[in-house]
Amino acid sequence: MLQCHVKGCNANNFPLELQEVVLEEQEAELNEDFLRNMLGKLEYEALVATCLKLNIQDLPPTIPEDAAYNDDFLQKLHHALLETHVITGKMVCPNCQHTYVIRDGIPNMLLAEHEV
Amino acid sequence: MLPTPDLSHLKQADYNHVYEPSEDTFLFLDAFEDDQKYLETLKPAISLEIGSGSGCVTAFVGKILGESSCLKLCTDINPRAARATVATVRQNKLTADVVETSLVEGLLPRLKGKIDLMYFNPPYVLTPSEDVGSRTIEASWAGGIDGREVIDQFLPFVKDLLSPKGAFYLVVIEENKPEEICNILHQDGFDSAKIRTRAAGRERLHILKFTRRTAPEDKH
Repeated sequence: MLQCHVKGCNANNFPLELQEVVLEEQEAELNEDFLRNMLGKLEYEALVATCLKLNIQDLPPTIPEDAAYNDDFLQKLHHALLETHVITGKMVCPNCQHTYVIRDGIPNMLLAEHEV
Repeated sequence: MLPTPDLSHLKQADYNHVYEPSEDTFLFLDAFEDDQKYLETLKPAISLEIGSGSGCVTAFVGKILGESSCLKLCTDINPRAARATVATVRQNKLTADVVETSLVEGLLPRLKGKIDLMYFNPPYVLTPSEDVGSRTIEASWAGGIDGREVIDQFLPFVKDLLSPKGAFYLVVIEENKPEEICNILHQDGFDSAKIRTRAAGRERLHILKFTRRTAPEDKH
């Protein structure tokens, strides 16, 4: 959901590409209502592309028509969204190549003075 | 009465770098407790706290909403505060996604119109302008002229981030000129309410709540 915000970088800058990633899986309670709520807010293509980079290959390329009541799909979405955490890594802008660092599970989106 | 979040993992040394929950924080918690029913009905899918500091408020809101029902986002410009937020939500058996950034930089345009619940206990203390813009604990209180410099920087984002049903809660003191803040957001289409007020030492604290003005009924 994060996007490059370097001044003048406004095209082809999403999704940021994850690199050198260390993942952690943490079990979380599945809440179908929440996932249904999220369906309308997701940029699904970007999510799938990012998951593929992380070798999470079980999400279908498009949201199934019956997504809201497709248990199998909701389970996979739940796993990708809520149980997979990037602990360390980099997010690289596909346009300007700016690198944002993730440390302790926290992405740093701060820019240096000259980039704002 | 909901219990205050467990902060026992944070030590005095941490509070040298991260704002220690204080009267303003507790008034904010009280306001959310008052609004518990409203929040349960609102059912936010995504919440966002700006300047989450110790993480106390997001942990409290997370308890109200229930861990699995809401994706809780937090930002803080102070790296130690961002880590304190992670530790606090974890200590309270919750999760939150924390981003180290200034206000909401990097979150737009992707989160445009997607935030159902947003809250901000801003740096509201009146200080010289030069004190604004640090990435240390000073960022938690230094508000510049009228204590409004950071608040005013953020206000234009409210209309961009909030979903149609979304609500925004803001802590202010009398010197921040709450009526003026309400007027600014009124022009962006928001109704305002002062939902809590408390005197704490020299500060007169208020909690403001903003929701999108519903379109006037069509009489034709």
